[in-house]
Amino acid sequence: MIKIKAKNVDVFYGKKQALYNIGLDIEENQVTALIGPSGCGKSTFLRCLNRMNDVIDICSVKGEILINDFNINDKSCDVVRLREKIGMVFQKPNPFPKTVYENISYGPTIHGMAQSKQEMDEIVETSLKKAALWEEVKDRLHEAGTGLSGGQQQRLCIARAISVRPEVILMDEPCSALDPIATAQIEELIDELKKEHTIIIVTHSMAQAARVSQNTGFFHLGHLIEHGSTDKIFKNPDNTKTQDYITGRFG
Amino acid sequence: MNKSKEQLLNKRYKAEQRFRLYGLSAIFMALLFLTIFIFKIFSTGYSAFQKTWLIVPVTFDAELMMLEQNPSNEDLQDADYYDIALKSMADLDPNANEDQENELKRMVSYFFEKEIKNELLNNPGLIGKTKEVYLTASDDLDQVFKGNYPRDLPEDQRRVSDYQLKIFDQLVAKGKVESKFNISFFTYADSREPELAGIASSFMGSIFSILVCLMIAFPVAVLAAIYLEEFAPKNRLTDFIEVNINNLAAVPSIVFGLLGLGVLLAIFHLPRSTPLVGGITLSLMTLPTIIIAARASLKAVPPSIREAALAMGASRMQTTMHHTVPLSMPGTLSGTIIGLAQALGETAPLILIGMVAFVNTIPGSPMDPAASLPVQIYIWAESAERGFVEKVSACIMVLLGFLIIMNLFAQIIRHKFEKKWS
Repeated sequence: MIKIKAKNVDVFYGKKQALYNIGLDIEENQVTALIGPSGCGKSTFLRCLNRMNDVIDICSVKGEILINDFNINDKSCDVVRLREKIGMVFQKPNPFPKTVYENISYGPTIHGMAQSKQEMDEIVETSLKKAALWEEVKDRLHEAGTGLSGGQQQRLCIARAISVRPEVILMDEPCSALDPIATAQIEELIDELKKEHTIIIVTHSMAQAARVSQNTGFFHLGHLIEHGSTDKIFKNPDNTKTQDYITGRFG
Repeated sequence: MNKSKEQLLNKRYKAEQRFRLYGLSAIFMALLFLTIFIFKIFSTGYSAFQKTWLIVPVTFDAELMMLEQNPSNEDLQDADYYDIALKSMADLDPNANEDQENELKRMVSYFFEKEIKNELLNNPGLIGKTKEVYLTASDDLDQVFKGNYPRDLPEDQRRVSDYQLKIFDQLVAKGKVESKFNISFFTYADSREPELAGIASSFMGSIFSILVCLMIAFPVAVLAAIYLEEFAPKNRLTDFIEVNINNLAAVPSIVFGLLGLGVLLAIFHLPRSTPLVGGITLSLMTLPTIIIAARASLKAVPPSIREAALAMGASRMQTTMHHTVPLSMPGTLSGTIIGLAQALGETAPLILIGMVAFVNTIPGSPMDPAASLPVQIYIWAESAERGFVEKVSACIMVLLGFLIIMNLFAQIIRHKFEKKWS
């Protein structure tokens, strides 16, 4: 099943074009990895999917991005509703400087997802359990989220993202600030999360893309050079640039 | 190591040493000036917190007071105290002639009649009896007792006569002159007589002005800062506004005073000399300070927090109100307090809107005429009486104390409530 369909997407920062005519289909309940050298536009593309580029004044996005066959670049699209459905995890863990509990309950609160304290407690617990963080923080729910370790903070951010039960989770190099053990935990988590969510992950680590993803897209200088199943991209790419990047000859 | 390299190294060490020396001497100079300033203020001003009293026996003669038998409270209120007051002073020297009696009367403040009245009202049983009453000494004798008065001047250049000094010295020898803590300095309004002048009016005037200033400047400045920082598009117009806000912060305060005079008083006819007008004028001055502080602390909130909230589906407004603004509050508040402290010490604009008027009542609301602490300093510093010299310093001490407390408060807010980023 195709969850997201990007057609002819161009992105400009002022006069500078960052993405050229991107067309990409993303499968439901699978992990899609976006790889490519720094500055190739993969993060920019990711941020198109929940319209986070709106925040940047000079950025303009053209083309169609269909999620459940609805064009999110359409004027009638409400970004608040969109971002409720499409969660995001950032490169650097960015928990709110509040308690662990408040970090998770923020999304459900603003979207009115819990009618009572009990319901909220349940949402917090299930979110933390899904993010494999519950055991570590269940006794310190009311301590500052910023007091956790880096890996825990990133899982807290994942728990925060899934607290509103999004259909899609965008991850922008979620492990780049973490050590190998924390990275392994997150990767395990991604594998678990894909049962219920569609996941798109930007990564610099080829090994990570190979480990966690079913599909891969390779970006270079604003162009989507090649995309397809991870197996094919890594073992038998069509394009020589892809081949060169994957084997480490550039990038 | 060859020779030239060694020379270079030596040169570098020496330059570093010299630089440290410059820095240390700069700090030393600054501290020296501060110490001299504070020492001067304290050594001149501390005596203003003491007040000299003459202890004079007063006979509460019912006949002189025109009181009938068993007077009611109202009778006591309406009785004539002037004669017994005069008589008690005259009795200090049984041989005094009429001129000398007049001089005796001038040894105490013109409140002496009231002080004697209060004594009787507190204790009506005193009628027909004699009691020693504390009377405020005149400002010149107050200065004599504190040792600030040049007694060796020729008599015609002194405000205290030889005769008054003689009687005063006799009283001192008998232990009938006492120095006590000067409560009236804090409870009385301004007066032409230094011994009766207090800061109550100007203190309340300052408080009311600051409150009015806070209530206007804070909400306007914070809203302006939030809009400019979080919502306004970054273009030429907002750049222009930003430059002008910075310019506004550099406008001399007297210009704001002229604005207050020309607009608030001349066009809107707000009551002259009141903390209301003073506060509005000061708020114009404080506005840019708070806007700049608030914008700086909004900028200091990491963008990752905004992104986190936006990505959770918070609207721009929710992101700002739930996250950015609360996180920026410590910085904004301490900037506000510093802006208010600046306003508190401001004199020029208040003089222009008439808060320099002589006010001998304590204001009960921002609509009543009042002075303010710095203006009070200015008024007293302009006065000729020797008794005001120490009052000026004492008033500066109160103002400085006020400012130090405010700045301390700003520091505490900044340190205690500022969040640490992970």
